[in-house]
Amino acid sequence: MRLLEIENASSFYGDFRALFGVSLHVDAGETVAIIGANGAGKSTLLRAIAGLMPVREGELRFDGRPIGPQPAHRRVGLGISLVPEGRRVFPSLSVEENLLVGRSRARTGAWNVPTVMELFPILRPLAKRSAAVLSGGEQQAVAIGRALMANPRLLLLDEVSLGLAPIVIRQVYDALPAITASGTTILLVEQNIDTALAASDRVYCLLEGRLVLSGPPRELGRDAISTAYFGI
Amino acid sequence: MDWLNAIIQGVLLGGLYALLATGLSLVFGVMRLVNLAQGDLTILAAFLSLAIVEATGINPLVSLVAVVPIMMIGGYLLQRLLLNFTLERGVLPPVLATFGLAVILQNVLLSVYSADSQGLDAGSIERSSLRLTDQLAVGWLPLITLIVAIVILVGLQLLISRTGLGRSLRATADDPDAASLVGIDARHIYGVAMALALGTIAIAGVFLGIRTTFGPADGPVRLIFAFEAVVIGGLGSLWGTLVGGIILGVAQALGNQIGPGYQILAGHLVFLAVLVFRPAGLFARQTVRRA
Repeated sequence: MRLLEIENASSFYGDFRALFGVSLHVDAGETVAIIGANGAGKSTLLRAIAGLMPVREGELRFDGRPIGPQPAHRRVGLGISLVPEGRRVFPSLSVEENLLVGRSRARTGAWNVPTVMELFPILRPLAKRSAAVLSGGEQQAVAIGRALMANPRLLLLDEVSLGLAPIVIRQVYDALPAITASGTTILLVEQNIDTALAASDRVYCLLEGRLVLSGPPRELGRDAISTAYFGI
Repeated sequence: MDWLNAIIQGVLLGGLYALLATGLSLVFGVMRLVNLAQGDLTILAAFLSLAIVEATGINPLVSLVAVVPIMMIGGYLLQRLLLNFTLERGVLPPVLATFGLAVILQNVLLSVYSADSQGLDAGSIERSSLRLTDQLAVGWLPLITLIVAIVILVGLQLLISRTGLGRSLRATADDPDAASLVGIDARHIYGVAMALALGTIAIAGVFLGIRTTFGPADGPVRLIFAFEAVVIGGLGSLWGTLVGGIILGVAQALGNQIGPGYQILAGHLVFLAVLVFRPAGLFARQTVRRA
């Protein structure tokens, strides 16, 4: 089943065009990765799907219905949650409050404070602590947990490994299968190709705002990927 | 004994200043909006109470039952229909919009009520006082004003720190984009914040109108006192606003004790001293929007 379909989408920052007619789809139950160099438009694409960035041309369909006019906060209710780049936890709120605020427009489902704490046990002793004083890895766990609290059908992960130690990155990615098992589809953006290939069923490669390569990791050769990644 | 009396009267006056400043502090804390119409909205609330009192003959304190909800609904609509559209366009447009609103309010009130000073008569409570010692007495009305201010600030603080709405208010204040990503409609939250602010303004306006006379041009002076209370206490901190109001009230009362001409000046001097030595205010919140 097609959960997300994007047809010929273009986005702009003022006059600067960040996406050039991007078309892609994500099926329910998949884990799909978008890779590409800095400035390729990966984050822009996720922000457009979440509703933070307008799509000037083309169409976005979620579960068969067009979502173009829906603002970001309504898309959460439809089942789209974005873990934004840089984590963006709420510093005035405690860890527990950060999770609770994730229920603002929650659908029914498996995720609540206890199940998120089970997924990320490091958060348990920090529940009453201010989110401002956490380490990067702890903040990332809060950000992912906060998005899960809405019980999304599609979870968008933007550069969750950025600035984290390798062991922490592994902990974050180790949590993904449990999220998929709860019935959530994952679309992730990742600069680290190896991490992205290992975690995903399918990969799209963006180069300067255009999709240049797609397919399952095993079928794509190393050379094809580095050509698509760097455009050389 | 005169000095002690001045301090006590100043603390009580501070209750009124805290009430006047709460809305300013709340709106700035949640959406970084400087509401230049704050003083004129306070005067509007006083006139609204006057209109209700003249029409029905009820006590102005009872008129709060109508004035508060009317001002709250007006605040929500003001935010949703006007101010939200200015917030996305940078720092200056919302300031200009509230400045324009202030001018409009002053002139509408002037054309409806003329420039005459008006007053709200709350009956015997205005003149009765609580005798502490032979030489010390506090008026019931200032005492009630201070108590109301404290109750409102404690209530708002509990709302913000303990409830789901409070979480949404804090999350939106921290990061409106991230808030929209968890399903919070920032524009609605801003409307709610403005409604709460105008609720406190309504109460401040009615107590102000009972305590002193008021006219359509009095808003800007009230705005300055409210600003001073907020800045002394620290922007965005509700406890700071209460303390700031009391410090301002005590400074004015002590100035008045030196000589009637020094009342306003003493308040301004304390305000300037805080700006020089603690520019962030005495109780500035540490975690808000670190750049």
